[in-house]
Amino acid sequence: MHPHAKAHLSRRYHFVASHRLHVDALSPELNRTTYGKCNNPYGHGHNYTVQITLSGSIDPNTGMVTNLADLDAFAARELLEPFDHANLNTLGCFRDLVPTTENLAREIWRIFAEYPHATLERVRVEETSNNAFDYFGDGAELHRS
Amino acid sequence: MILLTRKAEFSAAHYYWNASWSEEENQRVFGKCANRQGHGHNYTLEVTVAGEVDPVTGFVVDLKQLKDILEREVISVYDHRHLNLEVPEFMPPRSAVPTTENIAVAVWNRLDGKIPNAKLHRVRVYEMPDLFADYYGERA
Repeated sequence: MHPHAKAHLSRRYHFVASHRLHVDALSPELNRTTYGKCNNPYGHGHNYTVQITLSGSIDPNTGMVTNLADLDAFAARELLEPFDHANLNTLGCFRDLVPTTENLAREIWRIFAEYPHATLERVRVEETSNNAFDYFGDGAELHRS
Repeated sequence: MILLTRKAEFSAAHYYWNASWSEEENQRVFGKCANRQGHGHNYTLEVTVAGEVDPVTGFVVDLKQLKDILEREVISVYDHRHLNLEVPEFMPPRSAVPTTENIAVAVWNRLDGKIPNAKLHRVRVYEMPDLFADYYGERA
């Protein structure tokens, strides 16, 4: 019916993780004033929600931008397996990078940019119900909606 | 210009099936969604329109009017229906697979050009809180 319609599909995933915001290059005092409670040496944690938005033409045979089973399997393997119930500071990608939600969004972008069946448009990471971060890839125009 | 979004909800049954494929191929691609007895969802529809604020009324569109258009064009046709068996775009002979993506396109086609003083900007269909599709009227 709609062989050439282009749609956006968004899927939300949930994981829980701990982290500590700390940069070795900064003095202990500057770490404390910059990161406040988030600099607690023992770490703390969040329930993260990741919202992945992909675009593509709707396959007339399946009615789909991408098969959700493929996307969920990819997310389970590439996102949830390494990140869920993890200490983010111990992961390879955060060995030399402070695990703010901004940097987390960029790491998750890097992961889903490799998804082969649709085009990655946006990564949103909600760290708590009161803050969310959107990343559209480097150099992207600011989206209006 | 202002974007205005109105929500509406409907509950419907559906299944995923491509009649030109074998039973095995349908099962392989669509999994549980291919159960011919159907299953259902509580859908949430978000319709976003773009327009200028009328200097007299302060409205982009009259919300009551927009609500009535959604009710007439979409909700009355989809709510408590079996999409594959009772809704023209998903029934034979058209038989589009009633995925979230195709529902978003179908709702767009039902509403496009019917909203006075505003332009349809986006149709968002939530199949569940963790899955939704957006359609902006784009052709790939």
